[in-house]
Amino acid sequence: MIKNTHTMNPNEFDVIIIGGGITGAGTQRDCAMRGLKTLLIERSDIATGATGRNHGLLHSGARYAVNDSESAEECIRENRILRKIAAHCIDETGGLFITLPEDDPEYQNTFVESCLRAGIEAEVIDPELARRWEPTVNQNLTGAVKVPDASIDPFRLCAANMLDAKLRGGQVRLHTTVTGFIKEGDTVRGVHTRNAQTGQVNDFYARIIVNAGGVWAQEIAAMAGAQISLYPAKGSLLIFAHRVNKHVINRCRKPSNADILVPGDTVCIVGTTSSRIPLDACDEVAVTPEEVNLLITEGSKLAPVLSSTRILRAYAGVRPLISTDKDDSGRNITRGFVILDHESRDGIKGLVSICGGKLTTYRLMAEKTTDLLCRKLGNEKKCMTAVSPLPGSEEGSYEKVAQKIWETPSTAQKAAAFRMGTRAFRMRSSDRWNDALVCKCEEVSVGEINGAIERMDASTLTDLRRRTRLGMGPCQGEFCACRAAGLLAASHGCIDREREDLNQFLQERWKGNFPIGWGDTLREAEYTQWVYKFVLGL
Amino acid sequence: MKIQEYTQSKYNFEECMKCTVCTAYCPVLQVNPLFPGPKQCGPDEERLRLKDPYFFNTALKYCMNCKRCEVACPSGVNVAALIQSARIHYDHTPPKVRDRILASTDFMGKMARPVAPVVNAVTGLGITKTVLDATLKIDHRRSFPRYSGSSFTAWLKRHRKEQAAFEEQAAYFHGCYVNYNHPQLGKDLVKVLNALGVGVQLLEKEKCCGIAMIVNGMSARAARNASVNIASIRKAVDKGLKVLSTSSTCVLTLRDEYPELLGIDNDSVREDILLATRFIFERMEAGATLHFRPDYHRRIAYHVPCHLEKLGWGVFSERLLRRIPGVEFTLLDSNCCGIAGTYGFKKENYEAAQNIGAPLFDQIRSVDPEVVACDCETCKWQIEMSTGYPVMNPISILAEALE
Repeated sequence: MIKNTHTMNPNEFDVIIIGGGITGAGTQRDCAMRGLKTLLIERSDIATGATGRNHGLLHSGARYAVNDSESAEECIRENRILRKIAAHCIDETGGLFITLPEDDPEYQNTFVESCLRAGIEAEVIDPELARRWEPTVNQNLTGAVKVPDASIDPFRLCAANMLDAKLRGGQVRLHTTVTGFIKEGDTVRGVHTRNAQTGQVNDFYARIIVNAGGVWAQEIAAMAGAQISLYPAKGSLLIFAHRVNKHVINRCRKPSNADILVPGDTVCIVGTTSSRIPLDACDEVAVTPEEVNLLITEGSKLAPVLSSTRILRAYAGVRPLISTDKDDSGRNITRGFVILDHESRDGIKGLVSICGGKLTTYRLMAEKTTDLLCRKLGNEKKCMTAVSPLPGSEEGSYEKVAQKIWETPSTAQKAAAFRMGTRAFRMRSSDRWNDALVCKCEEVSVGEINGAIERMDASTLTDLRRRTRLGMGPCQGEFCACRAAGLLAASHGCIDREREDLNQFLQERWKGNFPIGWGDTLREAEYTQWVYKFVLGL
Repeated sequence: MKIQEYTQSKYNFEECMKCTVCTAYCPVLQVNPLFPGPKQCGPDEERLRLKDPYFFNTALKYCMNCKRCEVACPSGVNVAALIQSARIHYDHTPPKVRDRILASTDFMGKMARPVAPVVNAVTGLGITKTVLDATLKIDHRRSFPRYSGSSFTAWLKRHRKEQAAFEEQAAYFHGCYVNYNHPQLGKDLVKVLNALGVGVQLLEKEKCCGIAMIVNGMSARAARNASVNIASIRKAVDKGLKVLSTSSTCVLTLRDEYPELLGIDNDSVREDILLATRFIFERMEAGATLHFRPDYHRRIAYHVPCHLEKLGWGVFSERLLRRIPGVEFTLLDSNCCGIAGTYGFKKENYEAAQNIGAPLFDQIRSVDPEVVACDCETCKWQIEMSTGYPVMNPISILAEALE
C-alpha cells in the first residue's frame, strides 16, 4: 500500500510527472484522485507544447474512421466523456464533413460507413441544409455529413486538470527544468531541478517518475539512459480574427493539408500543414510563407470568406508522433498513444514514458498510465476521471452559471462564465474594481486576472494569456498587456522583472503576427509599437 | 481577386485598431457609467456576439446613435451602425408602450392635429407631465413639442398650381416635424426655393423616415416605411428632381440608415437626397443669387447637429448663414445637445441627456446670441428647453432675411 503521506519528506512523492501538457496534467489528476502524492514539473508553462499548439478540436473520431478505426473508436468514446466532465472547456459546435466538386464523390459512402462502424453518429444531410446551417461554407459543396465534432480549449482543459490535482493535494512546479535524474543502480529515484526564474536548485524524489514530455520525451528519457524514437511532425495553423463559421468544417476526403476549420472561442482556426522536422528544431518552429499561402488557399475552399478575412496570427506546433519499440523505420507510426515501461523495456526501474496520442484522448492516456503506476505501487483504487467533472464543469451551460451568479450579467460577466464555468462564482464581488476590464477584446476583468495569479500559478503575462485569453484578441496585447503587467508587478513586487516580462510578451505576440504581417494586423502591430515605444518608452 | 488583397467585415469592425478615439468622443460615456462605450459595444463585443448571440449586452440601449464615434474613427469603422444593428438582431425584448408612442411620430401627429390646441394645452400642464412620468416613464421635466392645427401638406396642396408654374422643380421630404408641428419651416423653404426660381412639390407618398422606430426596437415597421419612401423618391428622381429635406436626421436616415441598418437598397437615388442648405449653397456657387434685406440684423450662434457632422454637411448651412449681410455669426463648438431624438424624453436618460448638453448650453449662454441656428428639430427642443434661447432652422433664417 502507499505510504502515509504525512510521514513523507516534503521533497518525496509517490509520483513525479515531468511535463505540463495535457498528458501530464491529466495523469496528475488521475493519480491525485487515487490518493497518490504527486508533483508535476514543467520547464515552462502549462500547454506550451503540442497541447496548446493545435486546432483545439474535440475529435468525434470521424477524421480517423476510414484509416484508423481504433483511434476513431477511442475518440468518440472520449468525446462523449469529455462533454460531461469538461463542459466548460467545450463549445458544442457540431461538425460538418463537406464534399467539394473536386473531391471523390464515392468517398462519402466509405466515410459514413466507417463512422457508423466505429460508433460515430454520422448523418448525411442535404447540401442545401448545410448551406443554411453554415452560410459561410463553400456554396459549391455537393455533399455534407454531420458529425459530433466540437471545439475545445486546450489551455482551459489543462489548467482545470492541474487545478483539480492541486485541490487534491498535488503540487505543481512551473518554470522548473529537470536537469538530471537521481539513479541508484538501475533504479531512478528522483530528479535534479532548476527554477528558470529564480535559479533555485532542488532535488525531488519519487517512487515512480512519469515522462510526459511530449516532443521532448526523447531528450528526457535519454537523461535516464533510456531510448525513445520520436518522429516530430510540424503542423502550421492560422488564426482568423473572428468566427466566420458555427460548425467545425472538414473536407470529406483522405486527411490532407489545411482541411479543417474550427471555431474556437472568439476566433476560428484553419490548419494544418504537416512536415517532418529534426528533433533539435522543435524548440523554435516558425511558419513559412509557403505554409501561410497554402493555408489561406486551401482554407478558402472550406469557407471562401477566409480569403478576405483578417488574420490574427500564424503558429506552428510539433506532433510528438512515436515509432513503436525501437523500430527506426517509421513504418509503424501511429496517431495512437504508447506507454513505455522502461523497467520491462530497458531495465530501468522507476520510469515510465507516455508518448504520442491526441488531445481528445488525453484522459484515456492518463487512465492507462495511472493504471500501470497503481499496479507498480500496489494501489487498487479505480479510475474515476470519466465520471467526475473537472472544477468548473459541474454545471452544464455557461448561461446557467452566469444567470446564477448575476441577475443581468454583462457581456464581460458572461464571458467569464464561458471561460471559468462554475469557478466564476468566485467572481461575485462587491468590489467594483474587480469588474474593471483588463483585456477588452476578450473581456477579461481584474478579478479574473488576479484569480489566475493567485490560484493558477500564473507568474508571467504569457501564463496569464493561456489561462484567461488575455491578449489573444485582435489587439494582441496592445492595451491589456501593460494593464496586466501592473497587476503582476503588484503581486510579485518587482518592477524590473515585469518590464522584462512585458517586453518578452510583446515579442512573442509579434512572432505570431510576423508571418501574416500585412493589412490591418500590420497596422495594429505598428500602432502597438508606437504605444509601447514612444508613449510608454519601453 | 488576389487572396488577402483586402479584408472585409461587417461594418468594417475588423479595421478597428483599438485606438479608443471613439470612446474619448462618446458623449454618453462621459455622463453614464452604465454604458460600456462605443469601442466595447461595437467592434469588441461583435466578436463575442458572433460566437454566440447570448453575449449581447443590454447596456447597448444607452447608445443614443449620435454617430460621433463614426466621425471620430480614423479607421472607418461604422461603430454606431454596429451597435444599432446588434440591437436590431439580438435584442428581442418587445418595445415598451412608451417607446412605441415616442417612436410613432407620424401617428401621434395625425391624431393630435385636429385637436392641436387641446393637446398643446394638456401636454403643457404639470399634472399631465406628472402622470406621464409615473405611468410611461416620460420624464416630467421635459417640455413637449407643440402640434400645429393644420398640416404642411394641406397648405402645399393648396398652393400646388403656383408651385407647378416654376420651370424648375424640387421634391420636398418634409418629415413629421414640419408636417405636424412646425409647417412654417416648410413654408420658409418654399419661400427660399421660389426666390431661386425653384418650385416645390411633395413626394407621391411620404411616411416617417423611421429613425425613431429603428432605435426603439421597431425596425420592421421602419423598413416598411423605408420601402414606401424609397419607391416615391425613386419616382421623383426618375423625373430628374432632387429630393430635399430640412431635417439633418431625416436625410441621414434616408441616405445611410436605410441601407446600413434596414437593408433597403437606395443606391440609385442616394446621391439625389440632399439637405436643403446644401442644394441652395450649390445653387449659389453656380451663380444663383438671393436678395437679402439691407436692414437685416441678427446675432446667430450655429450648432451643428451630430447627424449633420456625420454627413459632413454642416459647412453648407454655415456658409449660407455667413453670406447673409448683417449676420453676426458664431460657430459653436462641436458638442452633442444630449436629446438624440426620443432618447432624452425617457426618464432613465433625462439626467444623462442634460449632462451631455451642459457644455453646449453653457457656451450658448456665454455667447448670448439673439437666436441659435440648428438644422435638427430635436436639438431645437432640447436647446430651447434647456437654455431659453430661441432656435431656428437656417432655412427659416434665410427666409426671414430675404427681401
